[in-house]
Amino acid sequence: MRDAFIELDGVEKVFDVWRKTGFMKRERHRVRAVDSLSFTVARGEMVGYIGPNGAGKSTTIKMLTGILTPSGGRLRVAGVDPSRERMRLAHRIGVVFGQRTTLWWDLPLIDSYRLMHRMYRIPAARYRENLERLTELLDLGGLLDVPVRQLSLGQRMRGDIAAALLHDPEVLYLDEPTIGLDVVSRTRVRDFLRRLNAERATTVLLTTHDLRDIEQLCSRVMVIDHGRLVYDGALAGLHEAGESERTLVVDLERELPPIEAPAPARVVRVEGPRQWLAFPASASAAELVAKVAARYPLVDLSVREPDIEAVIARMLGPSGGAPEPPQERAGRTPS
Amino acid sequence: MGSARLYLAVAVGGFRRYASYRVATAAGVFTNTVFGLILVYTYLALWEERPGLGGYDQAQAVTYVWLGQCLYATLAIQGGGAEKDLMERIGTGGIAVDLYRPVDLQLWWLAGDVGRAGFQLLGRGVVPFVFGSLLFPMALPAEAAAWAAFAVTLLLAAVVSFGIRYLAALSVFWLMDGRGIGQVLMITGVFFSGMVLPLNAFPDGLGDVVRVLPWAAQLQVPADVLMGEADVWGAFAFQAAWAVALLAAGRLLQSAATRRVVVQGG
Repeated sequence: MRDAFIELDGVEKVFDVWRKTGFMKRERHRVRAVDSLSFTVARGEMVGYIGPNGAGKSTTIKMLTGILTPSGGRLRVAGVDPSRERMRLAHRIGVVFGQRTTLWWDLPLIDSYRLMHRMYRIPAARYRENLERLTELLDLGGLLDVPVRQLSLGQRMRGDIAAALLHDPEVLYLDEPTIGLDVVSRTRVRDFLRRLNAERATTVLLTTHDLRDIEQLCSRVMVIDHGRLVYDGALAGLHEAGESERTLVVDLERELPPIEAPAPARVVRVEGPRQWLAFPASASAAELVAKVAARYPLVDLSVREPDIEAVIARMLGPSGGAPEPPQERAGRTPS
Repeated sequence: MGSARLYLAVAVGGFRRYASYRVATAAGVFTNTVFGLILVYTYLALWEERPGLGGYDQAQAVTYVWLGQCLYATLAIQGGGAEKDLMERIGTGGIAVDLYRPVDLQLWWLAGDVGRAGFQLLGRGVVPFVFGSLLFPMALPAEAAAWAAFAVTLLLAAVVSFGIRYLAALSVFWLMDGRGIGQVLMITGVFFSGMVLPLNAFPDGLGDVVRVLPWAAQLQVPADVLMGEADVWGAFAFQAAWAVALLAAGRLLQSAATRRVVVQGG
């Protein structure tokens, strides 16, 4: 058992929000942004942290970095209470927000890095070594002297990731690191993160709406909704929890009435000679294929894996999970 | 002294950021020179009618005008310094990222703004001032001590100016938009700093009030120190008192504001 690097035990965060109810009249609402949240992340783990907008992801990260104090419960990062020792902890964590930059807009990229050098008091030799390594891995060589405002989104994102890692943080919080990036940039960022985690054992907590990020990077995923952890486990298990289904697509020799599929599989769509069969993600596809092939003239077939986004949506239910207090409804959009 | 080096680096960055916009700087130099000429001739006409207005002779009035043009951008008298960037960062939520870093928010922005002021003084302020001194008789001191005192008063003026604008910028945490407060900043800055007319020349009553407001520390006090019209230590004390008061108020408002930022965008 590896040591627990991030430790939450019954953490909660309650906000008082004042809402205008009329001219000069306001009403106080208590919003439970995070509700008895408990989980641990071991050193070197790479965990996906997902959930709909407003579920409490950012609030959690703000508590983990110490800029927000929990209303209750116990929270430790590297054995330290973040809100009490925010400045000290800041030297040990890295934060990347996909939609926000920490880089100096008007100045060449290298100027922001020199500033990180001072800000985190990185010893000169280590700074040079890290800068060289990150420049190479993130392919920033030709960009160091380019003002940040002239970088493309993908380049800027890579620049921001390097900025967050120059001081060798033990844990990296990533919020939507691939948002808005093209396929090439996205792949490059994912490859880099995989390598970072494998080679330097950096603990990574990844928040994203792009579930391919999670599929490709994280063996463990936590789903939060209404401030509560609704799932914590392997990605594969998420399918079961969401009772997700795979789809077998078969091309028959000719148009036929819907196949009499062996239960629990069932035909969900017919289009000419092509038919779609849904079956539980946990069931064997081979068995189903064999049974269908034995009775019907098959030309071709393919199996489609369930879309995790759909799985999560199903798991959270049609209304998005638990009954929703009215004051939280504003600003919520389905993921 | 690690943090001193950090804030020095921030100040250098602030200097370089503004230095990277050369055309804007050139345009600013031109504008300040033209405005200086317009104001000089207006003042000369006024002092012709009212000799000794505000205790200044004509050479002092002319010096005051060119100093005003020199400090206009340097002290961001009508706004447009660090507070503009800060307002934008608050408005877009980028401020949340700044809070994750092991730095003091107020010192960070102060250092950046002092760096900006340094560039604006050299890149944009000096040229109109020298231009004015070549064309018009001015009341400039000969002894080095007076210039040294002037340098100190300028630094204090920069801190006071930042203090005012930092408070204004933090208000965006509540107002959500900086345009209105930016207008207020511009009008109050231009009027109460004495860009229109030296505060010494304001009529009694109003004059007594504006001369003790923090804006007086920006142009009036440095001008009087440069021209030997003020008690140097009294001037320093006045500026330092406002600097401390404004920075302390900024700190209070900052802690209230950062508690607020974390509520938004959950």
